[in-house]
Amino acid sequence: MQAVKVSAGFKKMVLATILFPTILLILGLYHGVLQAYYRGGLINDTSFLGLEYYQGLTLHGVINAIVFTTMVIVGFGHALIAYFLRKEPNLKVAWLSFWLMVIGVVMAAWAILSGKATVLYTFYAPLKAHTLFYLGATLLIIGSWIAFFSWIPVLRQWRRENPGKPVPLAVIGIFSTFIVWFVATLGVAAEVLIYLLPWSMGLMKEVDVPMTRLLFWFFGHPLVYFWLLPAYIMYYVFMPKLAGGKLYSEDAARLVFLLFIVFSIPVGVHHQFTEPGLSQSTKMLHSLLTFAVAIPSLITAFTLAASLEYAGRQRGATSLLGWMFKQPFFDKNNWFFAYLIVGLIIFIIGGFTGVVNASYNVNLIVHNTAWIPGHFHMTVGAPVALALMAIVLYLYSQLTGKEIKLKGLALLVPYLWALGLIFMSFAMMYNGVVHGEPRRTNLGLTYLNPDSPLFKPEWVPYGKMVIIGGTLLGIAAIIYFLVLFATMFSKATSEGGTISFPVAESLHGFSGARWLDSFKPWIIILVVLIVLAYGLAIADVLSSTYGTSPGYSPVSPVPIQ
Amino acid sequence: MDRSEKMALSLGILFLVILFGAVLYAKSQAGVDLPGCVTDVEPYSEGKVDTLGDKRFQIQYVARMWLFMPSEVRLPVGSEVDIYVVSHDVVHGLHIVGTDINLMAVPGAIAYKRYKFDKPGVYYVRCHEYCGVGHQNMEAKIIVE
Repeated sequence: MQAVKVSAGFKKMVLATILFPTILLILGLYHGVLQAYYRGGLINDTSFLGLEYYQGLTLHGVINAIVFTTMVIVGFGHALIAYFLRKEPNLKVAWLSFWLMVIGVVMAAWAILSGKATVLYTFYAPLKAHTLFYLGATLLIIGSWIAFFSWIPVLRQWRRENPGKPVPLAVIGIFSTFIVWFVATLGVAAEVLIYLLPWSMGLMKEVDVPMTRLLFWFFGHPLVYFWLLPAYIMYYVFMPKLAGGKLYSEDAARLVFLLFIVFSIPVGVHHQFTEPGLSQSTKMLHSLLTFAVAIPSLITAFTLAASLEYAGRQRGATSLLGWMFKQPFFDKNNWFFAYLIVGLIIFIIGGFTGVVNASYNVNLIVHNTAWIPGHFHMTVGAPVALALMAIVLYLYSQLTGKEIKLKGLALLVPYLWALGLIFMSFAMMYNGVVHGEPRRTNLGLTYLNPDSPLFKPEWVPYGKMVIIGGTLLGIAAIIYFLVLFATMFSKATSEGGTISFPVAESLHGFSGARWLDSFKPWIIILVVLIVLAYGLAIADVLSSTYGTSPGYSPVSPVPIQ
Repeated sequence: MDRSEKMALSLGILFLVILFGAVLYAKSQAGVDLPGCVTDVEPYSEGKVDTLGDKRFQIQYVARMWLFMPSEVRLPVGSEVDIYVVSHDVVHGLHIVGTDINLMAVPGAIAYKRYKFDKPGVYYVRCHEYCGVGHQNMEAKIIVE
């Protein structure tokens, strides 16, 4: 497909949508590295340079996992729609979406930085944050919805104008992403609008804690697939082409995206396995459904491996596994491939450790230990982060007409990132399971502070590994921003204002099956599963929990009056 | 779907079935189960240890910012213990390291699990859910001797 020339306004809007969160990411990554130093026992204090540990942890989670991901995915979505459907979404609506997200982020950032929202990104009640924190999160979500709403008429029109033509795979991908996102965020919207906002504004004195948790995790797990699916789009649509091959099967790719619509959401209780107020049968059902969501990822493992095998054989690999090494791992002009393949390889571990978490009773040995952040840094912290960092560079270069500078360094980033991440995640997972190292804890004050009565000397080697890993990740991040800024401050070599993606042909093309070209049947199954899985969960909570709670500040055991 | 795809998918599903089978086996045969709903115990606000019989105990934990009550419990080896936990304020966690006691203390609900302490030693009872600025201080002990 030819490159598409975009309007000046659209170019500006996409650049703003991807650059604003990328610049903020500097702050989020800064506190990522600092956390490694607290958790590794290097900093034995409550705060460092004016930023308190748990405040920084809130910042790290909100910026990296919510703001950076959501806004870059929206920007990527705009670009996909304009390129594959050959028509730009309504620009005014897109700017409205952008400004709502920016205003929301500024509100929440103010609340966090002024120490009024140290409640982490899961904002568990009855810890209470400033109203602007909840309001900011709501605006960010509504802003992202509005972007999605601006794509729907474009797809409708495209379908009318192209009768009988299948919707392009990338569009199936981005619509699946946002269908999951829209339905999932209804849960958190209900939590915020029914409970947290009125409560933080003083209109409601107390809050129903078990219900807010249920609503949060209705959103909290599909959130993971909202992060992952854009990376999957890049893996399926771009990576085979970048590797010099073809997508093995388009049917399989379509099925994967559509299965994620069905199975992403009715699984949230697996984050609540160790909680009271939910029955064992509800937990078992959510465990089973979480296993079902592993199926699209297993199909992905096969399809992507087969696509890469095809590419490797095109490059001359002949032996059984030789194709694995015949990939353009170290071609600096093909840096995009390196970001994708490195993330994908780490995701193999990230995916399998996720199955551990989902395994009902096995969850008892990992729940809320450092194993969990070890695991999810291998999902959101590697495949998602690297794919989104790459797409920011890629779109920036295309839209501005500036060639990426320091390509050798750009190529180094994913490898250094992976090395740091493996050090950090391995240490956290191991020490979490073996010694019960807790997640979300300022270890430098007690468990890894030799002056504390709670000091655990056997944790020290793992703390050191976390420090090494965090440092390597920090260096990789610095190099990434060096590349981005060097590119920003260079002269344009072409006119820019265009978008084109490396789109792989398929080896086994689309069969034309209508159920693989329509969202409706999948959305219906999703609704049925939600009613079943969450009907049971709500009945449990209503029948076995009692009372409501006043709000608490994280600094005092006395309720807020 | 071609032959290799069918095979890969079947193997993948078989793999998941085996794993889930192991989970079910551990639940039904080895009795490793998750906590569920507790409706037969009155909400309480004092942490305490009760003796129910020979080597049978009940510990009612209260988790609060930022300590567990009781903070230290001594038990004879081989004790079978009913462990309850409630929260006095915000959400806490209760993880007895080295055992499968891993519970959340959620305001408005009572968490319960039974465990038999067969090995002597010091068991750390640790809060593993963020509960405010003192979270990292929240550790109690069970001493089995």
